[in-house]
Amino acid sequence: MLKTISIYLNENPTLRYWIIRPEWVAVILLIISIISSIQLSPFFADLAFIMDSATPYVEYGLIAIILTLIIISGEIDLSIASMIALTAVIFGTAYNAGLGMPISMVIALFSGTLCGLFNGILVTQLQIPSIILTIGTLTLYRGIAQSLASDFSLGGYPSWFIGIDYRYIGIVPIPVIIFTVFAIVVGFFLSSTIYGKQLYLIGTNPQTAKYSGIKVDRIKLLLFTLSGLVCGIAGVLTTSRLAVARFNMATGAELEIVLMVMLGGTYIFGGRGNIFGTFVAFWIVVILRAGLNVARIKIESQLTILGAMLIIAIILTNYIYSKSQK
Amino acid sequence: MTLFDKFLRIRELGIFSIIVVFVIVAAIIDPRFMTLDSWRAVFLAIPLILVMAMGQMMVIICRHVDISIGSILAFSAIVIGLLYIQFPGLSLWLSLIITAFVGLVMGLINGFIVTRFNVHSIIVTLGTLSLYRGLVFIVSGGRQIDRNDIPEHIVSFSQTSSLFSIPGILIFSAIIVVITHLVMRHSVLGREIYATGSNPVAAHLKGINVTKVTLFCFGICGMLAGVAGLFYASRFGYVNPGVTGVGIEFIVIAGVIIGGTSITGGSGSVLGTFLGILLLGIINVALPVLNIPGEFQKAIYGLIIVVALALDQLIIYRMKKLSGGINA
Repeated sequence: MLKTISIYLNENPTLRYWIIRPEWVAVILLIISIISSIQLSPFFADLAFIMDSATPYVEYGLIAIILTLIIISGEIDLSIASMIALTAVIFGTAYNAGLGMPISMVIALFSGTLCGLFNGILVTQLQIPSIILTIGTLTLYRGIAQSLASDFSLGGYPSWFIGIDYRYIGIVPIPVIIFTVFAIVVGFFLSSTIYGKQLYLIGTNPQTAKYSGIKVDRIKLLLFTLSGLVCGIAGVLTTSRLAVARFNMATGAELEIVLMVMLGGTYIFGGRGNIFGTFVAFWIVVILRAGLNVARIKIESQLTILGAMLIIAIILTNYIYSKSQK
Repeated sequence: MTLFDKFLRIRELGIFSIIVVFVIVAAIIDPRFMTLDSWRAVFLAIPLILVMAMGQMMVIICRHVDISIGSILAFSAIVIGLLYIQFPGLSLWLSLIITAFVGLVMGLINGFIVTRFNVHSIIVTLGTLSLYRGLVFIVSGGRQIDRNDIPEHIVSFSQTSSLFSIPGILIFSAIIVVITHLVMRHSVLGREIYATGSNPVAAHLKGINVTKVTLFCFGICGMLAGVAGLFYASRFGYVNPGVTGVGIEFIVIAGVIIGGTSITGGSGSVLGTFLGILLLGIINVALPVLNIPGEFQKAIYGLIIVVALALDQLIIYRMKKLSGGINA
């Protein structure tokens, strides 16, 4: 039976291309996790509960979407979590210095953009491999955040700003709406515009892309800058949700963000992947985390499962791509 | 070739002069820095990081990076701490063997995933970083190993020894450094590690078993991180599952990169790494002396990593230009 299927698929490359795809693994995983969660607790059949548990991860989800673009173009940004903390701390410092809410927000977004630009310039101009450079800036940005805020929690924001996760439209919290809209816009950009196609080409073969007249460096620079800007937005969202900004917020968020991208079937070596996969993977992480919490597994012990999932996701994605592109 | 280029070629000299300048500046600003106490603090701070850096250097020379070493350190420290609660009489040598073995196994797991599935090591070890940290919490039940759980002869290992009462961890780390130097410079295996890092494809064609060499590097890196776990328990007298070894990998990587080990693989030396770690240790001790708050330490380390990476890239570019590799 399996053999006939595989022979049939080998004769129809188009069909094989559509059936053997890592995104389907993500979809299947999502269905499995929903079913097993419902067995665990009846709360999971309640859509409002799932929506509520999604809000803390929206900040990570936003960044995961931009990171998908970066990984497709063959680079990676690991300084994301530190940029969330740094922009949040800068936002808090600016507001407590009496600069007012709108200006503080602008400063936060601007500082995030600067951080991203700094990563981008070093990667494109000095040709430092992004994976190692962003390990360096990860330490640097977190260190700057620590120097600015010391061990204090920066709070005291007006009440209209605090608690964006408690504002709903219908049963859907506002952060989830922001995330969904953002995913649709970026997904459309990636799949249906010429710039999206250029990203895939850059990731597949940067040399060829350069010779075909694509401005590889400029696009990569733009992506890193965009990543910084989105981290700035995430930093402000996180501050709104927690009502305070601290230097150690979003510690270890790299893992969850990279996990979302990898579970979504984006190829770690670039050139393949899409936003739909990342979007589905976001919900897998949400349901998994909520399920583990309901099962009363300690937050720290959950790290084991997330770490193992990351490794399995990468291995599985590589395996599937090696099968489908014979 | 100008004098400047010759200077660039001997990376160790560059780091050494930075250390000398830094020490002189610190001594001028505050003479307290030149007391025996400060230097004792420097040489007590570095053994832990130095031992891990030796393993990390091998991995980086081999074109990989292992960022899970902080969690490996924590796991082996927790394991040995729990053993001390059960068997307070556990001897030092047996503890060393146990921690080394625990670290070796974890390092080999990293190495196996990297070589078998051909995925970038930073992503793999980002996964195992969390995986091992989760294991630390599961094994310890979230409980801290306290000062009075760790037997006296282990604590004294980090304070004194029968040899001129030099701290035992200092002697032990010195031995590890010398062995690493001998292996890297004067053994076939060491040359194979350099060859693998310079060009894995060519190394394979030349008959070097690249998989085995990479596995060896990851195994040793894990093993030394495991031994560092014993050092940690001995020196700090406690092991906390949420604190021990968190973020230490970045300090180690910073030291190795400043030491002139190229992240593109194939170059780096034990002496350079030692000097890089020494510089970090001196900065660590000099900050309070120079009245710089401790919060700035992480930012300074981060800045050092980024500057070292940029410098490294500029030097490579200049070298290529000299040898006619780039027409510019």
